[in-house]
Amino acid sequence: MAILVIADHDNQSLNDATAKVVAAAQKIGGDIDVLVAGSGASGVAEAAGKISGVRKVLHADDAHYEKRLAEPMAELITGLAGDYDAIVSSTGTDGRNFMPRVAAKLDVMQISAITGVESADTFVRPIYAGNAFATVQSSDSKKVITVQPTAFDAVSMEGSASVETIGAAAFPGISEFVGEELTKSDRPELAGAKIVISGGRALGSNEAFEEHIYPVADKLGAAIGASRAAVDAGYMPNDYQVGQTGKVVAPELYIAVGISGAIQHLAGMKDSKVIVAINKDEEAPIFQVADYGLVADLFQAMPELEKAL
Amino acid sequence: MKVLVPVKRVVDYNVKVRVKSDQTDVDLANVKMSMNPFDEIAVEEAVRLKEAGTAEEIVVVSVGPDKAQEQIRQALGMGADRGILLTADEDVESLAVAKLLQKVCEEEQPGLVIMGKQAIDDDRNQTGQMLAALLGWPQGTFASEVKKEGDKLHVTREIDGGLQTVSLNLPAVVTTDLRLNEPRYASLPNIMKAKKKPLDKKAAADMGVDLTPRLKKLKVTEPPKREAGIKVESVAELVDKLKNEAGVL
Repeated sequence: MAILVIADHDNQSLNDATAKVVAAAQKIGGDIDVLVAGSGASGVAEAAGKISGVRKVLHADDAHYEKRLAEPMAELITGLAGDYDAIVSSTGTDGRNFMPRVAAKLDVMQISAITGVESADTFVRPIYAGNAFATVQSSDSKKVITVQPTAFDAVSMEGSASVETIGAAAFPGISEFVGEELTKSDRPELAGAKIVISGGRALGSNEAFEEHIYPVADKLGAAIGASRAAVDAGYMPNDYQVGQTGKVVAPELYIAVGISGAIQHLAGMKDSKVIVAINKDEEAPIFQVADYGLVADLFQAMPELEKAL
Repeated sequence: MKVLVPVKRVVDYNVKVRVKSDQTDVDLANVKMSMNPFDEIAVEEAVRLKEAGTAEEIVVVSVGPDKAQEQIRQALGMGADRGILLTADEDVESLAVAKLLQKVCEEEQPGLVIMGKQAIDDDRNQTGQMLAALLGWPQGTFASEVKKEGDKLHVTREIDGGLQTVSLNLPAVVTTDLRLNEPRYASLPNIMKAKKKPLDKKAAADMGVDLTPRLKKLKVTEPPKREAGIKVESVAELVDKLKNEAGVL
């Protein structure tokens, strides 16, 4: 068995998710190579070589891979697929974009967002917003898999795999990067943060997030999240959304502030180690999953919490 | 430009599904079914493109049971022009759905396909990307804005960390994210009018696509239960517990 793991990165640094995807690949079993496709990403390729258990790093460097658009990425990956029994990436927005394209080109039914590996062909994945888990067995000879990184513990970074430079694939030339607007933040990234503090509709405004959530997040070094209700109401941008339709997080500590706990939100955070809920409605479903619940008005509790930290 | 909008009949998003006691699947007997919410956004976007003069005709297509006619009629009530139902009683996997849609695209020659980024039953998030791959078309996934710029389509995408805009050659496949628009309700007169709009039915099995599943569902189980913890009385007690009991601060 040989497995190709597609690295998550931004050309500058390797995303922590990749070491978790490698952990999932180890459970599938086989020789693991990591593909770093990017532009000016040799630092990332070197970092990928340090992931324990990696046989070698394939590094494709070309301006066409700078933003990892689906069309050139799928061309590159399918060109490499002949040497591998499984192709695996994280469920980041890059992987979710290009992996199904790879799967269809290989005539494979992708197994999406797995949270468990039962054997080399059998996997566990959430369905219905995490209200059920399906165990599925794939009959495809090649597997194309996306991995929910929060479900796996990262392997250590003690490896010393060599980096092999590979050429770029033909460029499809049907899509082009125009621009991007990235949220600038000194706070940790939501998906990988150790502490996450999220606000819900009860906050009532973006200003309330700034006044009540941000200061506590800064004291804790926490990432900020939001419920879908808060995003839909326009209090926070969509990339802050935690839940089935947003990001899945599993930090050491998750603090839900003014979040009632809709199923779709719980699907995105219930694997957190410790969950704290602050809500004035003692019947809120969030208390059913919280390790520590505080029934209180957030507008009083949050300033107190900030002072107490 | 003709726009094709694939829609899926799924369990209503307000229904809390339960796993059958024999663990073969979830229990969908007598639960409310609706159009997949992301597909509703796709229908709305197509209707807006038509209202703006960018699209001339909107064709809605669904793969599913006979009752998926209800979801197609809803889309027709929102402003789509005609419907195609490819009937299949068994669950058809994303790859086979993409192949069926490829056949429909070859026949209909749309300039654009807009569809939901994922269905809220299987949460697989792949059919649109697969369709684009099979057709050799570009894809604009997780769209929060769609704009025609000359002979290109500019799609703003929701990505980790923010937004990205790509320019796509047409024809293309776009998949919708939540913030693209807020779907309208079909008005009663429009629902009545929709009943007269054409709806073609064909058996999916007659489309010349192998529908054999590649994935075998071995079992479906309840998610691991998380026990409720304790209620604390004050912020001070909370901070104390987090520091000294949970050890996370």
